[in-house]
Amino acid sequence: MLLELRDLHVSVGEREIIKGVNLKVGLNEIHAIMGPNASGKTTLVLAIAGFPGYKVTKGDILFEGKSILKLSLHERARAGIAIALQNPPAIRGIRLRDIIRLAAGLEPWDPSRREPDCFSEKFLRMVGLPPEQYLDRDVNVGFSGGERKRCEIAQVFAMKPRLMILDEPDSGVDLDSLKILGRSIMSYLQAHDCSILVVTHHRHILQYLKPTRVHVMYDGKIAVSGDFDELVPLVEQTGYEQLVKEWKANG
Amino acid sequence: MAKNWRAELRKRAEEALGNPSPYGEDIDLSRYMDVEPSSPKMNKDVESQVERVGIDLRGASRSATFFQYDHSVLMLKMFSGIKGLEIMDTESALSMYPWLKEYYWKLVNVDADKYTAAAELYSTKGYFIRVSERTKVTIPVQTCLFIGTHGILQAPHNIIIAEPYSEIHIITGCTAAPWVKDLLHLGISEFYVKRGAKVVFTMIHSWPERAYVRPRTGVVVEEKGVFISNYIILRPLKSLQTYPTAWLAGREASAKFSSVIYASHFEEVDMGSRIILRGGAATGEILSKVVATGNAKVVTRGQLVGEAPGTKAHLECRGLVLCPSASIHSIPEILAKHPETELSHEAAIGKLQEEQLYYLMARGVPPEKAISLLVRGFLDPGLPELPPVLKAEIRKSIMMLEAAKG
Repeated sequence: MLLELRDLHVSVGEREIIKGVNLKVGLNEIHAIMGPNASGKTTLVLAIAGFPGYKVTKGDILFEGKSILKLSLHERARAGIAIALQNPPAIRGIRLRDIIRLAAGLEPWDPSRREPDCFSEKFLRMVGLPPEQYLDRDVNVGFSGGERKRCEIAQVFAMKPRLMILDEPDSGVDLDSLKILGRSIMSYLQAHDCSILVVTHHRHILQYLKPTRVHVMYDGKIAVSGDFDELVPLVEQTGYEQLVKEWKANG
Repeated sequence: MAKNWRAELRKRAEEALGNPSPYGEDIDLSRYMDVEPSSPKMNKDVESQVERVGIDLRGASRSATFFQYDHSVLMLKMFSGIKGLEIMDTESALSMYPWLKEYYWKLVNVDADKYTAAAELYSTKGYFIRVSERTKVTIPVQTCLFIGTHGILQAPHNIIIAEPYSEIHIITGCTAAPWVKDLLHLGISEFYVKRGAKVVFTMIHSWPERAYVRPRTGVVVEEKGVFISNYIILRPLKSLQTYPTAWLAGREASAKFSSVIYASHFEEVDMGSRIILRGGAATGEILSKVVATGNAKVVTRGQLVGEAPGTKAHLECRGLVLCPSASIHSIPEILAKHPETELSHEAAIGKLQEEQLYYLMARGVPPEKAISLLVRGFLDPGLPELPPVLKAEIRKSIMMLEAAKG
């Protein structure tokens, strides 16, 4: 098992947001997490990545069979967990080419050495961004929603992850960009052993990713799990509220 | 009679020798008065030390070199083929050109405080640079004021004259030998930027931990002239206080002061810049970027004075405080003395943004390294119009400082 969550409870400040999640993600599997706003989806993935402020109060997170609770954010990243954030910050003074190099474990490019830097280009091409227009721009400064999402994926690719966590990679992205993102992720998966945990509200990105399993979160728990073809139409027909009601009624 | 003007100056200086500066810690000058310069020692250590402040003693890609060691000028070289550029020590220039007295102590008052007074009474050379009318020296001239004797007072007086429509880029590096811990550096600089001329002046300071530094600078810019000053200080010293003033005397004259300050340890920096917009449509800009860490205390002052129609100026301070024991105090002042002047100021001081730090960590970057990258990213855009090699050098020193701390 690549990732295993055992009765995971997570608090932010004094408030418990995740209230006992169990989840197993095998190698090369794609798991989607859906659910209404404020159901705990982002909190769950940020806690897996190890963001400070997301405190695990009970349970465990196992990655490749070992607990990673004691590893800090950057150690988990180096261990193979790469997260594409929903709203990545803009950073003035750090260029896109350099953050991609850093993500790959390299040093920022030193222009005084006069060696050309070609390393970051391929990752930008993979997500359909022309390198000459983006390499020297400051990270996310003045980027559109779609550009930010693509840059996140480019950085995640550069990290050579074992587990990719994509937090709403499709929010604020037009359908054309979505297609590019979906396809680039799939072609990456074909070439690498890597699992995906994707948080989304929509079926669009899932049509490209074809998840192994879909989980619906509600109030800090996984309420329902099922196959893509079975669960997503149900969500779309009945809505989360109704779906969860039925789930509760069935015990 | 001929030398009377100098005697007059000395008399004024003597009377002002007890006057403290309104800003900065008061320094007991007597501690430094009796220290005689030792004989210069040039070696690899000295070379690498001056390299760090942008000085290349082999003179590669520089049009001229002036290298002062304690009180003596050790190197004065000009790249052959450059016409219309003069460089020599100020005392020699004063004896050679009687007219130069009209430029000596005209933009800085000799009796402004005890430091200006001491600079006249214990004057130790300094450079005179003059670029003739319409001559453009775009390859930088480098000047280095180096201290090689522990506990010494160095008081150079520099005069820079850019004749009409000329252009010059000057890089000044001020530093000391690794064996020098304590010193007092009083530097007087007077810049004359005449009609349509352009001066880009970049000063890099790297002083030891017990150094006291009190530069005093005045600038006058005539019609359509441009003065750009870049000031960079990266290594912690004991105390620095300075407040240069630029008078934009002619129409459409412009001045820009840009400073990058990385203050750490027990450093005290009181750094100001003042632009007086006297000519119509003159423009000015003051920009400071400050990082304070350790127990450093930084005060950044700025003053814009609009006195003529159509003038426009902006003052900005951006600060980053990395430690609870460090502080930055920004004191901007804008004075409008004419209804048609447009002056603005902006100050923003804060801590490192956690969101950005976590973002880099999520990419696998360890926290100490992430902090230094963010600090570098913060300071970097404050280093304009510098030769790429020098810029790379400065970036490297920021990384080194952070690494040492981490």
